[in-house]
Amino acid sequence: MTAKAKFDLNDDSVFVIVGSGAGGGTLGNELAQKGIKTVILEAGARYTIPDFMNDEWPSFAQLAWTDARTTSGSWRVAKDFPNLPSWIVKAVGGTSIHWAGASLRFGEWEFKAKTTYGQVDGANLLDWPISLDEMAPYYANAENRMGVNGTNGIPHLPGNNNFKVMQAGAAKLGYKTVFTGNMAINSQPRDGRGSCEQIGFCFQGCKSGAKWSTLYTEIPKGEATGNLEVRPLSQVIHIEHDATGKVTGVVYANAQGVMQRQKARAIAVAGNSLESPRLLLNSASGKYPDGLANSSGQVGGNYMRHTTGSVYASFENPVHMYRGTTMAGIIRDEANNNPKRGFVGGYEMETISLGLPFAAAFFDPGAWGRGFTSKLDDYSNTAGMWIIGEDMPQETNRVTLDAKVKDKFGMPVASVHFDDHPNDIAMRNHGFKQGTAVYQAVGATRVAEVPPYPSTHNLGTNRMSENPRDGVVNKYGQTHDIKNLFVSDGSQFTTGAGVNPTLTIVALAVRQGDNIAGMMSRGEI
Amino acid sequence: MTMRVPDPRVKVTRRRFLQSGATAAPAAALVASGVTLSAESAWAAAAALSPHVMATLTLMARDTYPHDQLGDVYYRKAVAHWDDDAAADTAQRQVISEGVAMLDAEANASFGSDYLNVASETDRVSILQAIQHGTFFKTVRADLVVSLYNQKELWPKFGYEGASAQHGGYLHRGFNDIDWLPVA
Repeated sequence: MTAKAKFDLNDDSVFVIVGSGAGGGTLGNELAQKGIKTVILEAGARYTIPDFMNDEWPSFAQLAWTDARTTSGSWRVAKDFPNLPSWIVKAVGGTSIHWAGASLRFGEWEFKAKTTYGQVDGANLLDWPISLDEMAPYYANAENRMGVNGTNGIPHLPGNNNFKVMQAGAAKLGYKTVFTGNMAINSQPRDGRGSCEQIGFCFQGCKSGAKWSTLYTEIPKGEATGNLEVRPLSQVIHIEHDATGKVTGVVYANAQGVMQRQKARAIAVAGNSLESPRLLLNSASGKYPDGLANSSGQVGGNYMRHTTGSVYASFENPVHMYRGTTMAGIIRDEANNNPKRGFVGGYEMETISLGLPFAAAFFDPGAWGRGFTSKLDDYSNTAGMWIIGEDMPQETNRVTLDAKVKDKFGMPVASVHFDDHPNDIAMRNHGFKQGTAVYQAVGATRVAEVPPYPSTHNLGTNRMSENPRDGVVNKYGQTHDIKNLFVSDGSQFTTGAGVNPTLTIVALAVRQGDNIAGMMSRGEI
Repeated sequence: MTMRVPDPRVKVTRRRFLQSGATAAPAAALVASGVTLSAESAWAAAAALSPHVMATLTLMARDTYPHDQLGDVYYRKAVAHWDDDAAADTAQRQVISEGVAMLDAEANASFGSDYLNVASETDRVSILQAIQHGTFFKTVRADLVVSLYNQKELWPKFGYEGASAQHGGYLHRGFNDIDWLPVA
């Protein structure tokens, strides 16, 4: 076996990636496979599968990014969880540890949101500079490497109780596209990993390793080449550049809090849609007073989080929704764009479950008294689904630097402003109505519409655009302003589409890896 | 296949309760052995906060998240840490003791007795509703939603089975055993 790489801080030939999740971890492996020396700097610790806990609050304390953030805007998350706008992971593997595994391709029209939806007041819509045709081979690559059910001859997972309730209701309503999903969860042993044991606790890190995460797929594969070094507990503070404007390295705090400077040939930022724009903004300099790659003013703007909500229904008889895969199935009949419903874009209905501790915290945040506790008394007889649909990019929905709150290194924290667009509200209400109908069709005795949780899908804050005026990066995730600076996470998304984002993040990272290798061999970066 | 329903009987050993939280332990052990105590004498060992304050917090906890299937032991355990916190932090001590004093003042004004002695739950809830936007109630409630429902001992009563990986998940333990849905 090749010894793990260890690169010198002054080695200015290395490619530095900030973040090790679906985007950064995949890009790191791709570059390493191509023989490119790569250093991944990850703010969080490195865990192994046995470290994961089937216990919601301790797991949250172990994995979640709980460093200070602030919020504003009319979204309910700002009221319920003012310092927790998102539920994402701070650890090697990033939010690919926490994700549910749903792996859906965008529809063709979802790469052309502006053309398809036309003028939507208050929305800052734009077409992607990439088409589904161009993405298709990369989607195929991502599905194969992640082991997505329903692709590459991989069977679908069996449905659990929670799915069976949703499926029976969907059938009564006449929904047709109802199945156990295209999940990156092994339904049979594959790629050195076992198959799903229906443990539940998908959000707490998969204890069987059946669910794809960069932590135990991409990252060790990249390390095995001898070209990838991953440094955990290394939080990047700012990015540096030279007089010509090219980036030259990063300053990061190591595990002891000591500042280090890692030189770099090129840098990719993949710290999620909250931390990535924060890092670019915190890297402002005399030459770039508004932050790096921000000549368009779009860094941090157009923050999207998907239109979400949940529907939980009580029944006369037991369901035990927590048994088995958390996101155990999907209804796709509302995923198309049908403006006759009163909104543009589509949404999915996907099963979801929470354990009792999180049900108490999230079913109706802040609620108390018998009206609330009677829902928890029905816990074992409860079924649940999550609504996830396309939300409108708005220029004012934005990640900025907080004017007062600083992190332990003295850097301003991310402040997240979000207001629902009227299209988002119309879509959510439609989803609530349809989700309620699904459960009532099979005898629900009580249905609760549950407001959005802190965001797991954070998108759009360094968006991709054809024209440098409209966004931050080009079709390869390369910043318009600085040719050796890239963005490799969901913040590249021009629009969010009505599907879970991880498959597209991975496909974009694979595509970006190919293009970076090409740029390097041509001497462009 | 018949649906597997978890055994809702709570399996808690006396030893486990004795280990759980210094101030709660004596009360919990006595309750577990069947001795009935008055609300305040259950908290005779409270140190930083008075037995009256701790007993009031306990009843307030039940009124905030009422589950008739739960005995007082769970509510006592949920609030027990406030006594330790108050010992360690005078600001916390002030929030809690002044909060309970305010609660009693409201109760006396409306019903002529301390909160603990207002007999009707509806009346007590009306007092909580009056103070629900204040720091005291918000602080206690936000803590309680974790400190109550995160007690593994009460999960079986709600039919929640907790960690499953050590049992091989639910693959052979009923992940798909629902038996009452209409046949399509």
